[in-house]
Amino acid sequence: MAFYVVQFLTGLASAASLFLVASGLSIIFGVTRIVNFAHGAFYMIGAYIAFTLTERLSGAFGFWGSIVLAALAVALIGVLVEMVLLRRIYHAPELFQLLATFGLTLMVEDLVVLIWGPDDLVGRRAPGFKGAIDFFGQNIPSYDLFLIVLGPVVLGILWLLFQRTRWGVLVRAATQDRDMVAALGVNQKWLFTSVFAVGVFLAALGGALQIPRDAVHHAMDLRIIVEVFVVVVIGGLGSIVGAFVAAVLVSELNAFGILIFPKISIILVFLVMAVVLIVRPWGLFGKPEAAARKTPGLTVNPWRPLTSNERLASLAVLVIAATLPLFAGNYALTVGSEIAIFVIFAVSLHFLMSVGGLASFGHAAYFGLGAYGIAFLAKMAGLPMIVCLLLGPLLGCMGAAVFGFFAVQLSGVYFAMLTLAFAQIVWSIAFQWVSVTGGDNGILGVWPEKWAASPSHFYWLALGVAALVTIALRIAVFSPFGYALRATRDSVLRSEAIGIDAKRIQWTAFVIAGTTAGIGGALFAYLKGSVFPDNLGISLSVDALVMVLLGGVETVSGAVIGAIVYKALNIWLVSQTDLSKLVLGGFIVLIVVVFPKGIVGMLEMLAQRRRKSSPPRSPLLAKPIESAE
Amino acid sequence: MSVAAPLLAVEGLTKSYGGIHAVRGVSFSLRAGEILALIGPNGAGKSTCFDMLNGQNKPDSGHVRLLGEETTGKKPREIWRMGVGRTFQITATFATMTVRENVQVALISHGKQLFNLFGSAPKFDRGEAGRLLELVGMGGYADRPCGELAYGDLKRLELAVALANQPKLLLMDEPTAGMAPRERVDLMRLTASIAREKSIGVLFTEHDMDVVFEHADRIIVLNRGTLIAEGSPAEVRGNPQVQAVYLGEGLVYDARHREGAST
Repeated sequence: MAFYVVQFLTGLASAASLFLVASGLSIIFGVTRIVNFAHGAFYMIGAYIAFTLTERLSGAFGFWGSIVLAALAVALIGVLVEMVLLRRIYHAPELFQLLATFGLTLMVEDLVVLIWGPDDLVGRRAPGFKGAIDFFGQNIPSYDLFLIVLGPVVLGILWLLFQRTRWGVLVRAATQDRDMVAALGVNQKWLFTSVFAVGVFLAALGGALQIPRDAVHHAMDLRIIVEVFVVVVIGGLGSIVGAFVAAVLVSELNAFGILIFPKISIILVFLVMAVVLIVRPWGLFGKPEAAARKTPGLTVNPWRPLTSNERLASLAVLVIAATLPLFAGNYALTVGSEIAIFVIFAVSLHFLMSVGGLASFGHAAYFGLGAYGIAFLAKMAGLPMIVCLLLGPLLGCMGAAVFGFFAVQLSGVYFAMLTLAFAQIVWSIAFQWVSVTGGDNGILGVWPEKWAASPSHFYWLALGVAALVTIALRIAVFSPFGYALRATRDSVLRSEAIGIDAKRIQWTAFVIAGTTAGIGGALFAYLKGSVFPDNLGISLSVDALVMVLLGGVETVSGAVIGAIVYKALNIWLVSQTDLSKLVLGGFIVLIVVVFPKGIVGMLEMLAQRRRKSSPPRSPLLAKPIESAE
Repeated sequence: MSVAAPLLAVEGLTKSYGGIHAVRGVSFSLRAGEILALIGPNGAGKSTCFDMLNGQNKPDSGHVRLLGEETTGKKPREIWRMGVGRTFQITATFATMTVRENVQVALISHGKQLFNLFGSAPKFDRGEAGRLLELVGMGGYADRPCGELAYGDLKRLELAVALANQPKLLLMDEPTAGMAPRERVDLMRLTASIAREKSIGVLFTEHDMDVVFEHADRIIVLNRGTLIAEGSPAEVRGNPQVQAVYLGEGLVYDARHREGAST
């Protein structure tokens, strides 16, 4: 019994940090509507700075002073980021904000290594809380008890801040309707900046407080951000109490999950999240989101199929690409194959995201399922390669059919979160079901048959499949189904009013996208000769998002260009510099701020300007509802 | 159309939220080619009533029948398939698509080609889409992105979309809200002429009494969830109960109408 109590208390202690970070994210989202991916990065910087300060400043005062000082310093960095970067993109679609903050995260990951080195850093124990307390023969670190008390105290302080101060009233008002608050003469700029500062302060404090418990390392940002996403989604975005309850719930699930279901402990949390999202899509304490004021209209060039000249040009490019083996070496061909595979991956997400308006944050799940499908078929069933290539993606298709059914019940940020959760479930299964998937060691020795084994042959195979897939999806975009899908993206209300079953259309699109991603994954397994849980991990999902956004989410061809540029740049950077993430992150941030329409979107704009054929807009045709933020 | 089964028959429609009776025992009917206005002060239950007709809201009790067939409890898209087109108080269109594509989507749905993955949508029923746009006076705007349209044009586009499935009944929720006075008259004249020509029944809610009295064949008046009057514009205008409900607005209307008539 005592053991369970101790386990419970450990869970509560973990909840404190999680709550701090999650409440920060929640507050920022509530007011600025930005889902701050960089929140984990701020958490991590908080931990690193606190580590350095506690090493320098001695004594109890030095330690606790360092923790607070570190959080304040990071809050200052947050203010800088908000003023320099975020202020420029408040009006951008939420995906771009997510992307920009993701770019920031990448940069921070490298910067942290640059400054503090790649090794884990073990921090000082907290003065006054070094020992442990005996509880019926079980030890409880006294620092844990401190954290258990701290959580509710912070909750109380935040409550007072929001209920009893003028600033808090403004924040709550802005959370409900920020346009109204602006109309009442409140200086939004500073309100947003201060809210961001408070949110970042909480994240950094959460990180700093972790140092006596955990080593500080440069991957702690991704781990926490996923947990924090789960917490705010379960609790309800924008709700502090929700963040607290959910943080406790998630931490306890983690603490007891390991005891009860050691095999599926990771899944447990995500399963709970999936259930909450399906039963109460806006979270336990959240409120149903008011319909977002979408104003895509003016920014979008009408989509049209390629003209015959453009088709010829594309064909010419394809032919040129096919001549690569004539002059390039094996390494270049392998890179070429990888790029072709990522084109498949990117266009599959593009179909779901740009055409269907469903931004999946877990698209790698279906890519990875395709890869595992190949590994099972080739290694275990010993089927020939052609059969494997045809059947392997079906695993992606089945995964997409099951998860997609639930995911399309939601939309927007919540759709993104649910797809992320599903991807994590699949990842956990691949990671933990060692007897079948090999766990972390993956499945090795998945090599192509002789006819496709040489780099040039495999390159042609990958290129051919990529071309076919791209063409097929393009046809689908301009098919009646594609129009129906775009219709559900633009207005579900109108779609239903003209007889369109929006969810079925979206589900179908999800399955198509998942199957296509599975094709990419299948080829990827053969290219690498192995399959690992990373093939369905978050970073791969984010890669796909970046590729689509980089190319231009509002364009038809963007994904192809985005995939080529991103993947080539990625591979080249990794080979050229140790700071590839820093450069890549900076590049992403630059793209979002300077070219928010992506590469293809920008080219289209330039072409239009040159033709001087931008449609004349008479003042009479001005938009009736001025673009809301 | 036979006299026996009216186009739309509403019987004893009732809906309450908690203790509030939003709609209580409302019954009325609508003939093909008839233009019926549903009016009433704010909070009278117009929107609730309307949402129950188009399937967005389920009544607690009562029936809605279209040509004798029950529509109660059906989803909006099923009711559309039975031949009911609708426009929204705040326009709902596909903003990133062109005007023609907006109509084509409706035609694709009407032709049950929604899951056709290989056909060419840009060529789908292009002629019919063009005809519908001409009908509502939007022929010159076919290639415009819908997001660029002025509000009045969006309303006309909605009308074209609503006509795409050759409806028997049009449900229009405040069709002229947010429009300039001249646009209002134009839109309602257009609607009325199309309805008469194609023998489509039209039910609309409206706050603008000029629009109501000029274009409706018949008017039904809701107040606090119950039907308090029904009849021709002249009858309803003279109804003391209606005047009381509108706090004398009818008299104000009379004065304004006379002024307006002389210009």
